[in-house]
Amino acid sequence: MKRMLAVFSARNREFFRDKSTLTWNLLFPFLLLAGFYYVFGQAQPMFKVGVLSEQDAYVSRPVFMSLKHIQFIPYQESGFAFERLERHQIDLIIDIDQYQYWVNEESRNGYVVEQLLVASDPTFQRNLVRGKAIRYIDWVLPGIMGMNIMFSSLFGVGYAIVRYRKNGVLKRLNATPLTALEFISAQLLSRILMVVLIVAILFFGARAIFSTMMIGQYWLLALTMLLGALSLVSLGLLVAARLRSEEFTGGLLNMATWPMMGLSEVWFPLEGAPHFVHQLSQCLPLTHLVQAMREIMIDGAGFVAVSDHLSILMLMSAVFLILGSLFFSWDADGR
Amino acid sequence: MHPVHKKWKYGGNLCCPWLALQPCFLSLGFTMSEVISVNALTKKYGELTAVDSLSFSIPQGICFGLLGPNGAGKTTTIEMLEGILKPSSGEIKLFGERATKKVFSRVGIQFQNTALQDYLKVDETLLMFSAFYENPKSVDELLNLCSLTECAKQDARKLSGGQRQRMLLALALVNDPDLIFLDEPTTGLDPQARRNFWQLIDQIKAQGKSIVLTTHYMDEAQVLCDDVAIMDKGKIIERGQPSALLAKHFKGVMVHLPVEHSQGRSIGIPFEVKGEHIEIVTEQVDETLQQLMQMNIPLTGMQIKNANLDDLFLKLTGHELRG
Repeated sequence: MKRMLAVFSARNREFFRDKSTLTWNLLFPFLLLAGFYYVFGQAQPMFKVGVLSEQDAYVSRPVFMSLKHIQFIPYQESGFAFERLERHQIDLIIDIDQYQYWVNEESRNGYVVEQLLVASDPTFQRNLVRGKAIRYIDWVLPGIMGMNIMFSSLFGVGYAIVRYRKNGVLKRLNATPLTALEFISAQLLSRILMVVLIVAILFFGARAIFSTMMIGQYWLLALTMLLGALSLVSLGLLVAARLRSEEFTGGLLNMATWPMMGLSEVWFPLEGAPHFVHQLSQCLPLTHLVQAMREIMIDGAGFVAVSDHLSILMLMSAVFLILGSLFFSWDADGR
Repeated sequence: MHPVHKKWKYGGNLCCPWLALQPCFLSLGFTMSEVISVNALTKKYGELTAVDSLSFSIPQGICFGLLGPNGAGKTTTIEMLEGILKPSSGEIKLFGERATKKVFSRVGIQFQNTALQDYLKVDETLLMFSAFYENPKSVDELLNLCSLTECAKQDARKLSGGQRQRMLLALALVNDPDLIFLDEPTTGLDPQARRNFWQLIDQIKAQGKSIVLTTHYMDEAQVLCDDVAIMDKGKIIERGQPSALLAKHFKGVMVHLPVEHSQGRSIGIPFEVKGEHIEIVTEQVDETLQQLMQMNIPLTGMQIKNANLDDLFLKLTGHELRG
């Protein structure tokens, strides 16, 4: 324990004294958040219409669905579609079996797209829903927090271990009674602590500056962040378990991070994407982290509601940790 | 200080009484305790045999030098002894036991090339390493022993070459080891820093600790080592006390003259051309000089020197150092 704490404390000092990394970790997410606030906070160029139908193919496809510049998103669960309509995340819902549509009267886009529907298919019956819009910044904040956790965890552990191995730090530590388990635990715990601290600053900073939403419980958000960080530092450990080349590790880590950036609903929802993209997305730890944080922050979801995400994050952490520890080598590349 | 380990003087003919007394002890039936015992130690990398069936032992309390050109297998050998590298075959015993974690807790190591965690100060680095051991020396004691007190609060990355090597030595001493491995500890240091480092090693030896040193500085080996083994192509090709080895391989002194003094004529004495000078080996310096003067050979630029480990090294391993 004493030995692990010694490495833990040294690693924390190293993190805080590396000014460029610290600044980057703190500044980058704020810059992104501000950038997206001004770019995507303006009018959305495309209309989104949810489609309810029990038929596999749209046999009697309404004329409305042939209009350009409207994205039609099929929903299996009507409840989820109505929730999104209430929050202005989609502009209209049409049920092409029952010839009905639902519009949110408080939505500007809803009004315009309703006029298009009525003009092209006047037989559709009108229904109303109500609800305030969720700002994009509220929606995207959990994504940016998740992205920050991902980059900091993967590169903070993966890259650091490979650098230590390459420049001989690991070799020197291996010549002491320090065990691999103690070394790995110290690295992971140090990084998790740093990541959670940094993301907490981002979270409270965004709340103070942009008055972002937080409906759910703080302890559950903290637990989700911890489990998300654990799964991602474990993935970083697995990537770095045996490698010596920093460049190669960088390539592998980029290969791991960029698909997650695109497929884990960090910047935009995956509605309308092919089914296999959704399935692939569910294999990524960042997806579960971001979805759980979003449900807690925007929907006020409780422990039971996000427990599936948390269970998957725990399972992924266990798998990555076990494999990473099994493959871990103090030396490099087959020595 | 262990009385039989006392080093009498620097340079020239070193004498370790422990080694000198070894035959007497053995003839009387005593067994010297060995800190390292190696039997048929071999390390192969594919087709390449880096270390080829080495067998040797090192008695307690001496400074043992492992010498050889680059690529001779010194570092591979020492890293197997340190437990860093796994031998392909052969047996290693430290303090008479097979090497285990417990045994390695009595060992201190200074690697040839090593880095430390960034952004840590000297005392913080020592403190972190101290936490790895059960009964470490205090940080103040280590700072004092290795003359690091003045740079204790300095970022370890900003140390000079000499300070850095002293800090690495302090790390090797954290656990107050009985056996210390020093792998080319003064490579890249300026002459003054090297001599400061030698003094530190001498102080450590004075505490009765055993040292295994690899170096390709022959003067360093001659000053510090009580016993040397010269390695080449993965094998030990010569072993013994530096003075005994020199006496065995060189009779007399070497007279060097600029090569142009001998051109186009016989000087009447056997000689060997070595680069820009000729070398005459003689046991009778006065007679040789008289002969040269009788032959009207100019003595301008003449040098007379005793053979040292550099000469022995070149004689045994060849003039061309392999990279």
